[in-house]
Amino acid sequence: MAGTVYKESSHAFRKFKSDFMMAVTVAATIVTLIPLFLVLGYLVFKGATSLNWAFFTHMPTPVGEKGGGMANAIVGTFEVVGIACLIGVPIGIGAGLFLAEHRLGRFADTVRFCADVMMGVPSIVVGIFAYAVLVHPMGRFSTLAGSVALAIIMIPLVTRTTEEMIILVPHELREAALALGVPQWKTSLSVIVRTALSGIATGVILAIARIAGETAPLLFTAFGNRFWSTSLVQPIATLTVQVYTYAISPFPDWQRQAWAGALVLTVIVLALELGVRWVTRAPAKAAR
Amino acid sequence: MADKLVTRHLNAYFNQTRAVKDINLTFPEGKVTAIIGPSGCGKSTMVRCLNRMHEVVPGAHADGEVLLDGENIYDSAVDPVQVRRRIGMVFQKPTPFPTMSIEDNVAAGLTLNSAGISRAERNRIVEKSLRQAALWDEVKDHLRRPGGSLSGGQQQRLCVARALAVEPEVLLMDEPCSALDPISTARIEELLLELKSNYTIVIVTHNMQQAARTSDYTAFLYQGDLIEFGETNQIFTNPKRRETEDYITGRFG
Amino acid sequence: MAENVAVVGRETRRRVRVRLFGDRVFNLVTLGLAAIVLILLFALAIALIVDAMPAIRKFGFSFLVTSDWDPVNDLYGALPFIYGTAVSSAIALAIAVPLSLGVALCLSEMAPDWLSRRLGFLVDLLAAIPSVVYGLWAIFVLGPWLRDYVESFLGTYLGFLPIFAGPKVAVGMFSAGVVLAIMVIPYISSVCTDVFRVVPPTQREAALALGATKWEMVRMAVLPYGLSGIIGAIILGLGRALGETIAVAMVIGNSPQISASLFAPAATLASVIANEFAEATSDLYVSSLIALGLVLLGLGIVLNVIARLLVAAVARQRFDSSR
Repeated sequence: MAGTVYKESSHAFRKFKSDFMMAVTVAATIVTLIPLFLVLGYLVFKGATSLNWAFFTHMPTPVGEKGGGMANAIVGTFEVVGIACLIGVPIGIGAGLFLAEHRLGRFADTVRFCADVMMGVPSIVVGIFAYAVLVHPMGRFSTLAGSVALAIIMIPLVTRTTEEMIILVPHELREAALALGVPQWKTSLSVIVRTALSGIATGVILAIARIAGETAPLLFTAFGNRFWSTSLVQPIATLTVQVYTYAISPFPDWQRQAWAGALVLTVIVLALELGVRWVTRAPAKAAR
Repeated sequence: MADKLVTRHLNAYFNQTRAVKDINLTFPEGKVTAIIGPSGCGKSTMVRCLNRMHEVVPGAHADGEVLLDGENIYDSAVDPVQVRRRIGMVFQKPTPFPTMSIEDNVAAGLTLNSAGISRAERNRIVEKSLRQAALWDEVKDHLRRPGGSLSGGQQQRLCVARALAVEPEVLLMDEPCSALDPISTARIEELLLELKSNYTIVIVTHNMQQAARTSDYTAFLYQGDLIEFGETNQIFTNPKRRETEDYITGRFG
Repeated sequence: MAENVAVVGRETRRRVRVRLFGDRVFNLVTLGLAAIVLILLFALAIALIVDAMPAIRKFGFSFLVTSDWDPVNDLYGALPFIYGTAVSSAIALAIAVPLSLGVALCLSEMAPDWLSRRLGFLVDLLAAIPSVVYGLWAIFVLGPWLRDYVESFLGTYLGFLPIFAGPKVAVGMFSAGVVLAIMVIPYISSVCTDVFRVVPPTQREAALALGATKWEMVRMAVLPYGLSGIIGAIILGLGRALGETIAVAMVIGNSPQISASLFAPAATLASVIANEFAEATSDLYVSSLIALGLVLLGLGIVLNVIARLLVAAVARQRFDSSR
């Protein structure tokens, strides 16, 4: 069997190289996770020491005055995100239903493609769009413009998760319902959506977590407001924009508040994210 | 005639389930040994234990001994990588590397084991292996084409060539023809007969005619147990055990 | 009897009519909602094109290749921002790609299932942290640390290279690139992990059966099989990096200049829009900023489409080879 003369690579070297490279992948994972723990650590450390009850109940104070809080921004975030959901969730779920019901149509393919492309549109560009169609014609920054911008970011996320969750519903279930003489639309709404509901809810909540942390599309739509406002057609403060403004300010007291705001914001976002994963135990990848 | 490969009290598990039970078998050098049995009898699992491929599946492990030239490949000092270098394997479905050319597929194992092999030497081994696998004439003019462009039967012979290129001592074939058409199957069977002068071959098959045509020895497995082992002729004409007789006469399985 | 049949018939027909009507309404409503998605994307593009028109008309193609950004004299050129976007994204990818591949290989090849899921979850959390939080952390923690340790190290030993020369500052291209890297790793690594997980076990076993070590198996079976998916993941990450706004705006220094040094302040397409849009005074100024947004939109769409096609190709390959 011999006759071929070639040098055997040292087995020990190959084994070492393999072990080394695989150890490198473990090291890469550790290095990647270090910033996560550092960011969270600093947030808790710097944020918690800056956080007090007044932060939740008081309005921002003028420069130089100590104290104050972000009460208006916290309420503002909930309002802007809430209205964005009122706009975005029905559209997203409806479009997702359509895509799931018409898997192979050319129109559905186009819509699916557009939803995927929209996920790749930078959020600041969405902000410009909301500015162009709402702020500019109305002549003022407004809650509505901010909500529309966030809704536009939310829609493709909800659309695609809804579609994927509905497709997971076994075909037999649908056929069973149709065979019982239940109309198609009732089948869709009662049987299929209800079966897929937890998956769809997961997608919606992850989309909410995503838009709650958005700053860029709000900069020139909701804009920010130093005063109390819940009006739809007035500028409104949000946590993200407030944190941004305070973080780049030169005043230590504002910077301190920025950490507190960032902590509250992160707690909200992570609570949504962790809560939903803990409940469903199934990461909904589509919401990325 | 030497005993190339010997198993002693070989057990294989998937998590807690024992799929192969206390197998003692001897594979003689330069012969073809067929392993037959109904689906799910553990024959694939057993043969995958012979080159330590069983343990690659998550949750799977094996115990007992497998002696290759008298040396236990399950010894803790033995690296499975070296075992697999000496005991080649061909799988049920053809598994060419889709992004590699025909030539690179054949040389894939070669480049691992031999550093600084010369271009000419490499070409020589590629040609030799492809000839051994009876594929050379069909592919010699387009060695740069991707391995995936071949037909199923050609792909399987490509995998045989790839396994032969590293010059293993034993060749394990796990139902190599189950995904192939009759003509390709016939070519692989011819190949077995040509190869056995140089290699010790173990072939798993659910096709009894195939076992009868190609093998010198046959082992019958049923539900993880070795029921009977003997010369192929004897197993098929004069089985000693009732279960074997029932199986080969088609009464179950 | 006959009367009964007629009644039943009428009743059934009525039900059928109601059902068909219900189905039609349902279909129309969902169709309309789906159409909104389509319309939104087109409206977005059209609105940006229309509003960018004054700048496009005034400057034409030279808008993209001029480096003057001078609001005082109402002269605008996008080059510094295109440069800033390209370089900050390049730094980000240079750091993120090797780390992401490492993470993906660790999760798909090394870690047992239970650990892999937990680690994957932690890596995903990196994507959940709002970008303004990254920006805040980068201003006060990461930027100063990079300046004091990494930049001074690079400056000392590689300072003869122009890219590592010059004063070390906490805010600049380099800091922005590092923050971007942290932010895009979860996207690249999660796609790569998925891609590696769809590599058929038969491919891995084929490599192992040839006597490959684990790393050789990765090189032989896993990486080539997933190549187009890896490239897709990288492009997806690039799309993220290009469009990321707030964290970059907070640490890049926002200076519309092209400097050889990576440590110098710079600005990106997204960061200049974030910084100047609300205060833009002249119509041409606003229009020029929107034109920058149009460039971002175009890049975002093109990269996203390419990335998705490449990632989908891996799934198709699996389909082909399992035939």
